[in-house]
Amino acid sequence: MRAERAITLALGVSILASIGLLVVYAFVGANPQIEGVLLALALGGVGLGIVVWAIGLMDAPVEEEPRYPFGSESAVQATERTLDVESLSRRKFLVRLLGGAGAMLAAALVLPVFSLGPQPGRALFETAWRKGSRVVGSDGQPIRAADLAEDAVQTVFPAGSVGRADSQTLLIKVRAGDLQLAADRQAWAPQGVVGYSKICTHAGCPVGLYRAEDHSLLCPCHQSTFDVLHGAVPTFGPAARPLPQLPLDVDADGYLVARSDYTEPVGPSFWNMTHTDEGGD
Amino acid sequence: MLHWFDERLGIAGWARSGLRKIFPDHWSFLLGEVALFCLVVLVLTGVFLTLFYVPDATPVTYDGRYLPLRGQEVSAAYNSVLVLSFEVKAGLVMRQVHHWAALVFVSAIVVHMLRIFFTGAFRKPREINWLVGIGLLLMALALGLTGYSLPDDLLSGTGLRIVYSVSISIPFIGPYLAFLVFGGEFPTATIVSRLFVFHVMLLPALLLGGVGVHLAILWRQKHSQFPGPGYTETNVVGKSFWPSQVFKSTGLMLMVAAVLSLMGGLVQINPVWTYGPFIPTTVSAPSQPDWYIGWLDGALRLFPPIEITALGITIPSPFIPGVLLPGVAFAIMTLWPFIEQRFVTHDHRSHELLDRPRDNPFRTALGVAALLVFIIATLAAGNDVAAIIFNIRVETMTDVLRILIFVVPAIGFAVTWRIMHELRRDDWAGGERPTSVRLRRTPDGGFEEIDVTE
Repeated sequence: MRAERAITLALGVSILASIGLLVVYAFVGANPQIEGVLLALALGGVGLGIVVWAIGLMDAPVEEEPRYPFGSESAVQATERTLDVESLSRRKFLVRLLGGAGAMLAAALVLPVFSLGPQPGRALFETAWRKGSRVVGSDGQPIRAADLAEDAVQTVFPAGSVGRADSQTLLIKVRAGDLQLAADRQAWAPQGVVGYSKICTHAGCPVGLYRAEDHSLLCPCHQSTFDVLHGAVPTFGPAARPLPQLPLDVDADGYLVARSDYTEPVGPSFWNMTHTDEGGD
Repeated sequence: MLHWFDERLGIAGWARSGLRKIFPDHWSFLLGEVALFCLVVLVLTGVFLTLFYVPDATPVTYDGRYLPLRGQEVSAAYNSVLVLSFEVKAGLVMRQVHHWAALVFVSAIVVHMLRIFFTGAFRKPREINWLVGIGLLLMALALGLTGYSLPDDLLSGTGLRIVYSVSISIPFIGPYLAFLVFGGEFPTATIVSRLFVFHVMLLPALLLGGVGVHLAILWRQKHSQFPGPGYTETNVVGKSFWPSQVFKSTGLMLMVAAVLSLMGGLVQINPVWTYGPFIPTTVSAPSQPDWYIGWLDGALRLFPPIEITALGITIPSPFIPGVLLPGVAFAIMTLWPFIEQRFVTHDHRSHELLDRPRDNPFRTALGVAALLVFIIATLAAGNDVAAIIFNIRVETMTDVLRILIFVVPAIGFAVTWRIMHELRRDDWAGGERPTSVRLRRTPDGGFEEIDVTE
């Protein structure tokens, strides 16, 4: 009789909770906590009730049923004989032709999949930066090299392409004497302002954190770390390539401009990334 | 009523044999059922969410109840998730139950799979259902990943960004593949609507079809059972489907739904409004994926910065941990029934009685080692968070994990191997050691050994 009482209680709670749900929905309004608890009681009450029912009130005996092994040699042979009809077995050439037609048809039917996206072409090799592109902030305003504070970091874009993901660039001003750039990049950082691609060369996350004490850029996704003073070479984490550096210059009015597009692909690596002179559709 | 149907479909006899089907009773056989019932909850809540979600990346100005984001430009997709969460009655609880159910769904599948693995239930004649099961796991993971990305928030956008980067890392086909899937260079406006089609149509259709096949094969082959007095290779011992198993399973389904409702109501999950909309120049820190993707993210974090370029072909560093590692892991897992039969046990007989983990120490030890690799890789996906908790540098944390991921599984393998052998010896000492061996002529003319325990 204890089982019966438990079932009665569980089902009773469920009924009350369901009524409660109706009331809450109609009169109280959105309240995920109360809704969740009442839903749990309504469902769980019935669930618990019938489980107790099954365990406590159903005296089901343990039974045994035979298990017949699969695999009957005679049945397999009989089926093989049924499959083996003369119109197929004596028409080897036509059967092969049918197979070929099926394969070609499948290939033809798959082709529309290629409508899903363009060929990569040069897209992964290029950004919106061009020779003479003005460097602007997210607000679209041009930036004067002299106005930047030391160790200030800013995300910039080429004028006219604000927000374009592949062109996002980090502008960092350091003491000009601290920079240790390669010989062919000496002119790329006017007044100590360096620009690096903001897209991590590992998995493409924006390299969003700057640690001023050791001039490091950190990627929050997989902790790749880049040395701002030494051409953004990776110093820790899974990234294997430096962040590409944007060749910068200052125009006659003191505003920052790009000397050219990035000289290497930005973002995560791909198999033919060193083929910078190829590509195109 | 049964008459009415039987005269038209002739199903009475069929129904009777179904209702009288014998199910062995063991708690571990319920793990798959838990997964199935999570799927029921996912379909029901998912249909509700689908009626409110807008798969559209067009920018709109948010003007809803959540004040901190008012006036901000967000995608229509993100906007619809906020409206669903704050303005649709019962919307938030449905969303949260759906997300929790997804996490528990994958967990239940994985634990169910571990049960199958460690008890050797995948052996002949059940290899086909193991393959179907792996397919179901892959589809569950794909559903999780696509669903996670639908709200178009900053965290999921970052995840999608990583998926894109890992896919372009595949040599020769990567950029083409990524451009086909995403419709161009990341970020694209079309990806949200594509993910939606996959998440609510293609993948669920495949998953539900696969579940049907999985259950049909189970029904046809009948359950395996643990060895014990009265249990043999040629019988099934248990209770009949009707009424007790029907009541128990239905009860379990309702209780699974109850627990998920409780979690969805009380435990906040994926509060996309705090992450903000996806903006490709921004990133949230720290950012962790849902648990079942963690091991891949962790592998990406631990892998050393190696990028080889030879003959003009670059092997990008995410390729090995992001594509090759999971590819090899899933290939071994998928083919394990055949690998084990061919190279480990050389056993071509059918098995209806399950192994205990000790019965096959190599399999058990290998499974434990693989599980430990998975766990440490998953921990590595939180190396930044762990570094804060332990108050050490994230670099140190990463280096420690780089060592542990090799050492711990190796130790785990050795210890498990040893324990399994000891347990087996204890069994024998306790009298379970075969006292004699009987030879039996098989129908096809060979001989087979039968251990006899008196």
